[in-house]
Amino acid sequence: MTELIVQQNWFVWMTLLPLGAAVATFLAPGQARWIGLTTALFLPFCALAAIAATVFSTAQPLTVGNWPTPLGIELRTDGLALVMLAVTALVGFIISCYALGYFPPRQHHLSRTHYFWPLWLFLWGGCNALFVSGDLFNLYVTLELVSLASVALIALEGGKAALAAALRYLFIGLLGSLAYLLGVGILYATYATLDITLLGEIISDSRLNHAAMSLMIAGLVLKSALFPLHFWLPQAHTMAPAPVSAVLSALVVKAAYVVLLRLWFEVFPALDTLAIGHLLGLLGCVAIIWGSLMALRQERLKLLIAYSTIAQIGYLFLVFPLARGEAMAGAWVGGVLLMMTHACGKAAMFLMAGTIHHTAGSDRISRLAGAGGPIGVQVVVFTLAAATIIGLPPSGGFFAKWLFINAALATGQWWYIAIILSGTLLAAAYIARVLGWAFLDVKRSSYPVIPWVMKWPPLALSVIALVFGLIAYAPVQIALIGAPVSVPLLVEFGP
Amino acid sequence: MNDLILLAILSSSLLPGLIIFTLPEQSVRLRTILNLGGAGVKLLLVAVLFLHVAQREYAELRLPLLPDMELVLRADALSLLFLTLSAFLWLLTTIYAIGYLEGSPHRSRFFGFFSLCVSATTGIALSGDMVTFVVFYEMLTISTYPLVVHRGTPAALHAGRIYLAYTLGGGVVLFFATVWLRAIAGPLDFRPGGVVSALDPTLYGSLTIIFALLILSLGVKAALVPLHIWLPNAMIAPAPVSALLHAVAVVKAGAFGIIRVIHDIYGINFSVELNLLFPLALLAAFTVIYGSIRALSQNDLKRRLAFSTVSQVSYILLGVTMATPLATIGGLVHLVHQGVMKITLFFCAGNLAETLGIHKIDEMDGVGRRMPWTMAAFTIGALGMIGLPPLAGFISKWYLGLGGLAADQPWIVLVLIGSTLLNSCYFLPVLHRIWFVQPRQNWPPSALRCGRETTWALLAPPLITAFLVVALGLLAHSFGSPLYWVELIAAREYGL
Amino acid sequence: MNTVSLYAGSGIILFSLGLHALLIRRHLLRKILAANIMGSGVFMVFIAMGARGESGVADPVPQAMVLTGIVVSLCFTAVAIVLAVRINKLTGCTTLAVDEESSID
Repeated sequence: MTELIVQQNWFVWMTLLPLGAAVATFLAPGQARWIGLTTALFLPFCALAAIAATVFSTAQPLTVGNWPTPLGIELRTDGLALVMLAVTALVGFIISCYALGYFPPRQHHLSRTHYFWPLWLFLWGGCNALFVSGDLFNLYVTLELVSLASVALIALEGGKAALAAALRYLFIGLLGSLAYLLGVGILYATYATLDITLLGEIISDSRLNHAAMSLMIAGLVLKSALFPLHFWLPQAHTMAPAPVSAVLSALVVKAAYVVLLRLWFEVFPALDTLAIGHLLGLLGCVAIIWGSLMALRQERLKLLIAYSTIAQIGYLFLVFPLARGEAMAGAWVGGVLLMMTHACGKAAMFLMAGTIHHTAGSDRISRLAGAGGPIGVQVVVFTLAAATIIGLPPSGGFFAKWLFINAALATGQWWYIAIILSGTLLAAAYIARVLGWAFLDVKRSSYPVIPWVMKWPPLALSVIALVFGLIAYAPVQIALIGAPVSVPLLVEFGP
Repeated sequence: MNDLILLAILSSSLLPGLIIFTLPEQSVRLRTILNLGGAGVKLLLVAVLFLHVAQREYAELRLPLLPDMELVLRADALSLLFLTLSAFLWLLTTIYAIGYLEGSPHRSRFFGFFSLCVSATTGIALSGDMVTFVVFYEMLTISTYPLVVHRGTPAALHAGRIYLAYTLGGGVVLFFATVWLRAIAGPLDFRPGGVVSALDPTLYGSLTIIFALLILSLGVKAALVPLHIWLPNAMIAPAPVSALLHAVAVVKAGAFGIIRVIHDIYGINFSVELNLLFPLALLAAFTVIYGSIRALSQNDLKRRLAFSTVSQVSYILLGVTMATPLATIGGLVHLVHQGVMKITLFFCAGNLAETLGIHKIDEMDGVGRRMPWTMAAFTIGALGMIGLPPLAGFISKWYLGLGGLAADQPWIVLVLIGSTLLNSCYFLPVLHRIWFVQPRQNWPPSALRCGRETTWALLAPPLITAFLVVALGLLAHSFGSPLYWVELIAAREYGL
Repeated sequence: MNTVSLYAGSGIILFSLGLHALLIRRHLLRKILAANIMGSGVFMVFIAMGARGESGVADPVPQAMVLTGIVVSLCFTAVAIVLAVRINKLTGCTTLAVDEESSID
C-alpha cells in the first residue's frame, strides 16, 4: 500500500488533473459543474498522497521528459511546494463547493458564468505547476498561465468596470512577467542554467547579477501588489464574482510571492541583499499602514477586504529584511505560515462577502445591518476569519507575527515591531467597523434562502483558519523539508 | 490518570459550541441538551481532576505548536481553583441564560460564542506556560465581543467598540511583552518560584520594563484604574453575560494572569527583590477605593455592581502584592469568593430586569415583597460583599488584613476598613429600599403557577450561589474548600 | 562592439521603449503594441544569449524559451484585444476610463 502511494508521481498528477479537467469542462459545458467538483474532490487527496510520498521516502527530484538538467524541466518537491499544494487544494475545494451554489445551473443562456469552471481549473493547474517548478523559465510560463486565467476570470462579470479591471490587470501582469523574464535572460547569459538549485550554488556577487535580481524582484513585486505597485489590486479583486475574488486574494497573489521567496532564499543568498531587503521591508511597512488606513475608509465590504489584502501582503514582505543571521529560519517560517493562514482566512472572508452581496443586493458595509439574523452564520464566519486577519490566537497569523517580532528583536530592528503591532490594531479597527454593522439588530423585510454549499464550506474554512495555529506543527515541519533554512525558529539572545 | 483529560475538559465546551453555531434557531431542545450536557460533562471531568490534584497528581499535556513552541496544559492547584470556579458557575449561568433568553432572537449565535468564551476561560485556567496563556487570553477577547454586543442596539455596539479597543490594545501589549520575555528568558513554563530569577543581572532593566508591560496589559481585563473604562460600559450586555464577565471570564482572567506572572513567571521573592510589587499594590489600593467611590453615585443597578467589581477585583491583586503567605491566601480566596458573590448579585439584577423591568435603584422600592427569594439571595450577596461574618467575603478580608499586618504594611488595613465602609454605603441603602420602603405602585402579579416570582431557570441559580456564599464562609476550613486549596497554593509558592 | 552586444543592447532598448509606451500611452491598441514590443526586446536578448555557444553552434535552450515566450505573448495579445474590443463596444472609448467609484448596486 505504502509502495503504491510512494511510487506515484503525485506532483505530475496534481498539475495534469486540473488542466485536463479544464479542457474537459470546456468541451462539455453541460457537465462542467460535476467535472469541476470531482476534480476538486480529488486534488486534496492527491496533495495528502504527495505529502505522504515525500515524508515516507527520500524522493529524488523528478525531471519531466527524462531530459537531464539543465535541459529538462525539474520538478521541485520540497516542503514549500508541498504545503502550498495542500493549502491550494483545501482552499480550492472549498471555493469549488461555494461556486456550485454561486453559479446556479439554471442560468442556461450561454453566459459568462459558463466559463468559470474551465478558467478556474486552468488557474488551479497553473498554481500547482508553479509551486513545483524548479527552474526559472518554467516559473515564468506558469506565472503567465496563472495571470491569463485570472484576467479572464476577472472579466467574467462582463460589465465595463470588470473589463477595465481585467485589462489593467493583464497589462500589469505582462509588465511584471516581462521584467522577470529579462532578469532570467541575464542570468542565463552568465551561467547557462535556469535550475534554481544549480544557480544558487554557482551565482556570485556581480553587478550584472544585481541588475538581474532587481528586474526579477521588481516584476514579482508588481505581481504580488506590494505598495506602491498595488494600485491594480482593489479594482481587480472587487470587480470579480465572489469565488474569483477569493481565488485571487488567497492564491494568485501568493503565487508570485512564492516565486519571490524561492528566488530570495535559494537563488540569491550569495548576493549582498541588505539594501534591497530594507527597501522591501520599508515598502512592506508602508503597505501595512496605508492598506489598513484605506481599509478603514471603505464603504464597500469587498474593497475593504481587498485593502486588507494589501496590508497583509505588507507583512509578507517583512520576511526579507528580517531573515538574516540567526533569525533566518524564524522569518522564513513566519512568512510561509502567514501565507497559508491568510489564504484560508481571506478566502473565507471573500466568500462571506459574496454571500452578503448575494442576499443584500449590495456589498455596502451598511447593508450588513441585520445580517446577524437568520443568515447569522455569515457573521460567525466573518468573526472567526477576522480573528485570523487581525492575528489573534490561535490563528496562524498570531504565530507568524510572533516569529516576525522574535526575528526583529534578535536582529535589533525595533521599528518593525512598532509597525507590526500598530498594523494589528488598525486591522482590529477596520474589522470592528464591519462587525459593528453586522451585529446591529435590524429587522429585514425578507431573508433569501442561501444554498447550503454557500453556508457551511466558508464556515469550515474560517474554523480551519482560526485553529491553524494549533495544528501548525505538521505543516511547518513539512514546509521545512528541504527548506533553505534550518531550525531553531525562536532565537534567544542574552544581554 | 490519563493526561488527555485536560483536552477533554477543553473540548467539552468547545465542541458543543461549534455544533451550536450550525443549529437552526428553532432547535431549542437540541441546543439545550448540548449546552447542559457540555456543562455537566465538564463539571464531572473537573471533579475527577480535582480529586487527583488534591492528591498531588498533577496532569500535564504538551502539544507541539511550532518546532520551538508548545501548547502546555497543566493542572496545578491554582488552575484547579479557577477551573472549578468557572466550570461550576458555567453550569449555573447556562441554566440561567437558557431561562433568560427564552424566545429572544439569535440564540444559536449567542450560545455558540458563550461556549467559546467558556472554553477560552478553561484554557486560561489550564495554561501551563505563558504562550498558552496568551493564546487563550486573546481567544477570550474575540469570543466575548459578540456576547457584549448581543442585543444589537447602537448603545450595545458602542460598548462593544470600547470593549474591543481596550482589550485588543491590552492584548497587543501583552503579545509584545510575552515575545520579548520569551526571547530573553527561553521557555516560560509556569513554575512556583518563577523562571526568570536565574537570568543575568544586566537583564534586570529589561525585566522590569516587561513586568510593567505585562501588568499594564493584564490590568485592562482586571479593570485596574485607569484601564477600567470598558467594564461599566459593557453592562449593556444581557445579564448572564454580565454575570459571566464579572464573576468568571474576563475580569478574573486578567487577575488570574497577574497572579500567574507574579507567582509563576517572576516568582514572589524575585519580584520583591526587583521592587516590582509595591507600585502595583498602591495602584490596587487606589482602585479599591476609587471603584467604591464611583459605585456610590450610580443609579443604574448594573453599573453600580460594575464599579463594585472594579473595586473588589483589586482586593485579589492587593493580596498577591503583599508578598506574605496570609495576604496571598486572602487575595486568592477572594478570586473564588468574589466570583460567587458577584454572580449572585448579577443573577438577581437580571431577574429584576427580566421579570419586572427594573433597571434603576430608585425603582426598587419594596421589591422584596414581590420577589422575596431573589431579593434574599441579593441580600446575602451584598452582605457578603460588605464582608459581614460569617459570609464568604469576610474570610477574604480577614486574611487580607492579617496579611497586611504581617507584611508590616498597616495601611492595608486602613484601605480595607475604608472600602468596607464604602461598600456598606452603596449596598445598605439598596437593601433598605428593597425591604423597608413602601412600593410606589402595585407590582404586576405573577403569571406563574402557585404565584412563583419567576421561572425556576432564573430563580435556582441565584439561590444556589447565595447558599454557597454562606457555605463558603461557614465551612471555610473543610476539605476541598477554596481556602483549603489556597493554603496549598501559598504553601507551595512560599516553600513552606 | 560585437554582434551579440548589439543584439542584446537593441533588445534592452526595445524593452525600454515598450515600457515607456505602455505606461504613457492611453490608447488601448497602443498599449497592446507596446507590450508586444517589450516582449520582442526580451526575446532579442535571449536570442543574443543563444549565439554565445562555443564552436559556432547556437545554444538551443534560449531559442526554445523564445518559442514558448512567443506563444505566451500571442495568447496575451489575443485576450487583450478581445477585452479592448469589448470595452470599446460597451463604452465607445478606446482608453481605460478611470471611474474608480463606479456603482455596482
